[in-house]
Amino acid sequence: MKDTGHADQPVIEAKGLNLVFQTADGPVQALKDVNLTIGAGEFVSFIGPSGCGKTTFLRAIAALETPTSGTLTVNGMSPDEARRKRAYGYVFQAAGLYPWRTISGNIRLPLEIMGFDRKAQEERVQRVLELVELKGFGKKFPWQLSGGMQQRASIARALAFDADILLMDEPFGALDEIVRDRLNEEVLKLWARTGKTIGFVTHSIPEAVYLSTKIVVMSPRPGRITDVIDSPLPQDRPLDIRDSREFIEIAHRVREGLRAGHHDE
Amino acid sequence: MKRALPVLTVLIGIVVIWYAAAVWMNSTWVYDQAERAGTTVSFAEMVPQTMDQDRPLLPPPHQVGAELWKGLFGQAVTSKRSLVYHGFVTFKGTMMGFGLGIVTGVLLAMAIVRFRVMDMSVMPWAIISQTVPIVALAPMILVVSNQLGIEGREVPKAIIAAYLSFFPVLVSMVKGLRAPDQMQLDLLKTYGAGEGETFLKLRLPASMPYFFASLKVAVAAALVGTIVGELPTGAVEGLGARMLLGSQYGEPLITWAALFASAILAGMLILVVGLTERMIAQKMGVRT
Repeated sequence: MKDTGHADQPVIEAKGLNLVFQTADGPVQALKDVNLTIGAGEFVSFIGPSGCGKTTFLRAIAALETPTSGTLTVNGMSPDEARRKRAYGYVFQAAGLYPWRTISGNIRLPLEIMGFDRKAQEERVQRVLELVELKGFGKKFPWQLSGGMQQRASIARALAFDADILLMDEPFGALDEIVRDRLNEEVLKLWARTGKTIGFVTHSIPEAVYLSTKIVVMSPRPGRITDVIDSPLPQDRPLDIRDSREFIEIAHRVREGLRAGHHDE
Repeated sequence: MKRALPVLTVLIGIVVIWYAAAVWMNSTWVYDQAERAGTTVSFAEMVPQTMDQDRPLLPPPHQVGAELWKGLFGQAVTSKRSLVYHGFVTFKGTMMGFGLGIVTGVLLAMAIVRFRVMDMSVMPWAIISQTVPIVALAPMILVVSNQLGIEGREVPKAIIAAYLSFFPVLVSMVKGLRAPDQMQLDLLKTYGAGEGETFLKLRLPASMPYFFASLKVAVAAALVGTIVGELPTGAVEGLGARMLLGSQYGEPLITWAALFASAILAGMLILVVGLTERMIAQKMGVRT
């Protein structure tokens, strides 16, 4: 894992975070009193039913939503400052590749905006294409790739500018089980190789348990954290770890947390 | 061949109906002549006489074809009787109006997408502008531009053509520039992209399919606008002037030949726009 130099300083820290959306039907409390600390190099999953605020929290970290009250810092800065320092890459549920750009062109997009020179752009594109195992597909257009490959390309795009934090909002939600398993394995490998801090929103209990060092269980109305589980699973995780007793125990605790949140209503 | 067959079938159908209509409409003249001469004509005698009248009510296809051929190839292309010459005058006007229409349409669309106040203030007027009949407006534009000391008809013609062609471009571009969804906009936001970059890298390329769809309508509208601009009295050049000349002097063949010349011009313009679209689409990776 990459040594960040100041491991004691949290990468993401939320204290008493509230976020209220003003909608036509009146205010909706999307996040209520959220407290969470994420350290460097952690893989944190956010799990919960729709409306629990997991995506909103991720978007708040990325400065796409503004909290109503409380404090939220990313690398000790406000999310907006962190964004300007290119602190994170964001992967959305849909790959969202531009159909008029080749795969390389899509990965080059953030690099162009951030002002990397041509040579650096080319080097980085090649490097991240290899990282997500899409070497040789750079000249293809998105429609020529499968859904899974497109999502890998979008991960490459988020990795291209070397952000320390990778935020993924249900990146594999639209893919089938088999492709999903493969990509989960690859994300773990990627994480081990790059040592990035990853925030990962998911609906799937097995996915959350398989990937994470920390699982944040959330519940809706108002969106809040009901349980934070530090995973005892080892760093190296083959797919069949999902049949182990430890894995099943954590999955059980996550399920209990989800159910408890539901009873509160 | 598979695509040509339906087109040819329709074409043959049109020609047949056209001949039938020509016989029917031109027969009146034949019967009148016979009555005045105190003779009678049978149907078989009448039909050939409807085919080569000097001033037919409805000239049959071969007469129009012959006149069109004469107009296109019967003399030097610089002659005032050449349809190539008049066609080129109309083409030039169309291109100026088309260009002006595209620029106006795109700039207005950009402003409308960017500024809400423009959306609310300009868009209704753009729609109202298209409800005013252009034939009523064209003479006014000519008079005003003359008052302003603008020589010749090129500028007012271009303005009339642009008046018609900016609208489809405007409507399509407003839709096209708004085509990117929230996720794509959020993505650029996470890169810290400014408005200019969002426009150049996302909105503009995303609007291209809408843009080209509108160009086909706009180029045809520009041609119509140009011809309307050539109609008011005083014009001596252009296909519109030829059409008017034909109807004023009771020479329907001239009108019909000019009509077909403008149809050919329209076809060529749309073809060029279509080919350009295909070229750009290929570059932009559209699935073929």
